[in-house]
Order: sequence, then structure tokens, then C-alpha cells
Amino acid sequence: MNAEEIRKVVLAELRRIAPEVEDVQPTKPLRDQVDLDSMDWLNFLVALNERLKIEIPEADYRKLGTLEQIVDYLSANAR
Amino acid sequence: MIEFKLPSLGADMDEGKLIAWKVKPGDQVKRGDIFAVVETPKAAVDVEIWQDGVVHELITQPGETIPVGTVMARLAAAGEAPAAAPAPRPAPAVAPAAAPVAAPAGVPTRHPVSPAARKHARELGVDVEQLPGSGPHGAVTVEDVEQAAKAVPPKKVAPPPSDKTLAMRKAIAAAMSRSKREIPHYYLSQTVPMQHAVNWLTAYNEKRPVTERVLMGALQLKAVALALRDFPDLNGFWNNDAFEPAKGIHVGVAISLRQGGLIAPAIHDVAELPLDELMKALADLVRRARAGSLRSSEMSDPTITVTNLGDQGVDEVFPIIYPPQVAIVGFGRLAPRPWAQDGMIGAVPAVVASLGGDHRASDGHRGARFLAAVAALLQEPEKLA
Repeated sequence: MNAEEIRKVVLAELRRIAPEVEDVQPTKPLRDQVDLDSMDWLNFLVALNERLKIEIPEADYRKLGTLEQIVDYLSANAR
Repeated sequence: MIEFKLPSLGADMDEGKLIAWKVKPGDQVKRGDIFAVVETPKAAVDVEIWQDGVVHELITQPGETIPVGTVMARLAAAGEAPAAAPAPRPAPAVAPAAAPVAAPAGVPTRHPVSPAARKHARELGVDVEQLPGSGPHGAVTVEDVEQAAKAVPPKKVAPPPSDKTLAMRKAIAAAMSRSKREIPHYYLSQTVPMQHAVNWLTAYNEKRPVTERVLMGALQLKAVALALRDFPDLNGFWNNDAFEPAKGIHVGVAISLRQGGLIAPAIHDVAELPLDELMKALADLVRRARAGSLRSSEMSDPTITVTNLGDQGVDEVFPIIYPPQVAIVGFGRLAPRPWAQDGMIGAVPAVVASLGGDHRASDGHRGARFLAAVAALLQEPEKLA
């Protein structure tokens, strides 16, 4: 799966949790743009884990601040 | 003969609309079985039956709106000879606006859905809850999902009809106005250092897959529930000018809904739940609350409420009690704060825990001791597992 496909998955899962989301600025902190609480965030990561089979340790959450960072992280860890 | 009445599912509910029966005359039912789906201002609720018996007569028609306390059905108690079958009741003279069995817009109809179909629907962006099913018992199949995906382009979730939002606001307005009118609140707060809890939870989650991780919110719920064991005067109801202590510790969790409004259903017996199970129950409750799929016992049983607004960045919550409960606990943002220890000031992660107490049922002295107990429990997170 390439970065563009991963981006689509990320946005699809984000919109499943926050259907009101339209445009996401890729380099702006995600949680400033989308109303995600801790439970939403965890559900988002669970969904990404199910779709992409990529395990994201809690210690890596800080690397996932923006859409761009999430896509980069997942691309780097995709098999 | 047992009369099954529409139960009150919270202080803000005066009436409910029957969406569907989940039983039919002649069915044997057990306590806890889902009996009917009733729409309240806040959610479509699976109403449970509280006695064993055999369904004799269904009185209320799907689509009818009835006041709380209305007899909806009659059951023969276990061992009771069933009476002659009643004559079928004519449909109401004035038909409800919608077809009687059709669920109102925005309320999931809840056909069975196979896991494969659900997965496929997610991939294709199809809202599986809204699909008619062609499989056994109306189950939604993979083919149904594919047909739906072809028929219409994937649609974003439509904004809820404004009357739904209005009903929700009205319900919240009624409950909160009653609270502020009737309940003499006292408010207390305490800053709780969370370094131990953070370290412990980080280590706890480190080796766990994402599906098994525990949120700080679950740890806080457990601390509140365990502390309540020693403060029964904060766990219960104020009814008819007297305090009624609750039998269990069923913590209502304030859950904000994306379309606006909030709901505070209960997790039962929180003090007895291991942390892993509590986290699963919390995740499940939030998911179902947001999908509009709660059980009547979850709506009617909270003995106290916990509200956590820390994710929204507030330092401290001044929570309003949900009547007839007598206390509510709030948690603010978990963040580094200055903390003095051994004559030195350092930064430690901390959270402000607050209590809104009903002064008719308890006093500030008790409330303060309760908050101190919550704070103390959070210093020994391993005991909350």
C-alpha cells in the first residue's frame, strides 16, 4: 500500500469517527482541527490497526500529531 | 398477570415512543431480556423486562407515543395459567405520521449484520444500520451491502433532523433546570498528583496491543467507584424529601454526542470490575451511546455520574448533579502543574478532581473526605487493576 492509499484509509477512518470532518490540513495538528477525545483517538488507532495491520505503540503517539505525520509513520511501518 | 409499564429512563423523560416490540404473544421471557425498543428524547433504548413470564398481550402499537407508566403489555407470571388470547387490538384511529413499524429517521433499525457484511460495508462506505436485509431474519448480507454501494454513492452521515436535536436540548434543559432549582449544590475540588498513575498506566499499556489499552479515564472511574464504598451518602438518590442509598455502585458516564447534547448511561458495579473489563465496558458504552443503542437499565440505574472534560483542555469542571442522584464527580485536564514537595517546587502531571454534592444528602466535610479518598486511590494505581 502506498502513501496515497494509506492517506485515503486514514481519512476514511477519521471520518467514520468524526463524520463532520471535511478538509484536513496535513501539517496542522490534527486534534486542533478535529474534535477527538481520548476514546475517539483510541478508536481511530484501533481502526487503523485493523485496516492496515500496523501496531502503534503508545510511546509513538507523540509522533502522530498531524495527518502528514500519521501517513508518514504508517507508510514507514507498512509491510 | 404482570403489567409491563413504560419505565422512566431518566429524570428528563416524560414519555417515549415505541419503535418496535422485540417479543410476540406466547414468547417466554426472562428477566433482562430485551422486550421493546423505545425512543426517548436522547436515544433509542432497548427496554429490558424485569420479571420472568410469558407474553400475553402487546397493548401499545409501534409508532405510538405514551407517557411513562403506561401499561404497554401484559405477561403471565411463571406458573400462572395464561388467560384466553385477547382479541387483536384495532390500530389506533389516528395513524401515526410514519408507517408504524418504520423506525424514525436517524434511529438505527438494527437488523442482524454478518461480520463480513459489516466489514465490507465499512470498506465501501455504506451505512449498514440503515440497510434492509435479505438474509435469514432480515440479516444484512454482503450482497445487500454491494447492492447498496452500487445504488447510491456513499453518503456522509446526514445531520440529524432538527426536531431530534431540539428534543435532546429540551430533555437536558428539563433535567438541569430541575437540578439547579431543587438541588442545593456544594462544590469542592482537589488537585491530584498523577505521576504514579501515569507511570503505572504507561507501563501497563506498553506491552499491550492497541485493542487492549486502558485510558486514564477508566482508572479514574475505578477510583471513584472504590472510594464510594466508604461514602454511601454520595451514592444514591434524593426522593420524597429523603436520601435513598443505592444498592450497587453504578457509575453514569457523561458522553457527549457528535450531533450535540449528551447522555450519561451507567456502567454497572464498577467497583467490582477488573480494570480491563471496565475499559471494555467503557469503550462499548461510548460506542453504543453514540450509535443510539443503549439498554434501559443503563439509562435508569446510574447512582452517581462522572464527567471528564480534560480532553477539551479545561482545568476544572464545576459539575451539575443529574437528579435524583446526589453527587457528580468531574475531572479536568491531565497536565504538568507546579507541585511543592519536600520544600521544592517541581512540575508533576496532575489533574483537578471536583465534586458537585447535594447538600440535602451530604455535607462539604464528607465531600472533602471523599475527594481525598479518590486522590489517595489514584496514588496506588496498581490497586485499581
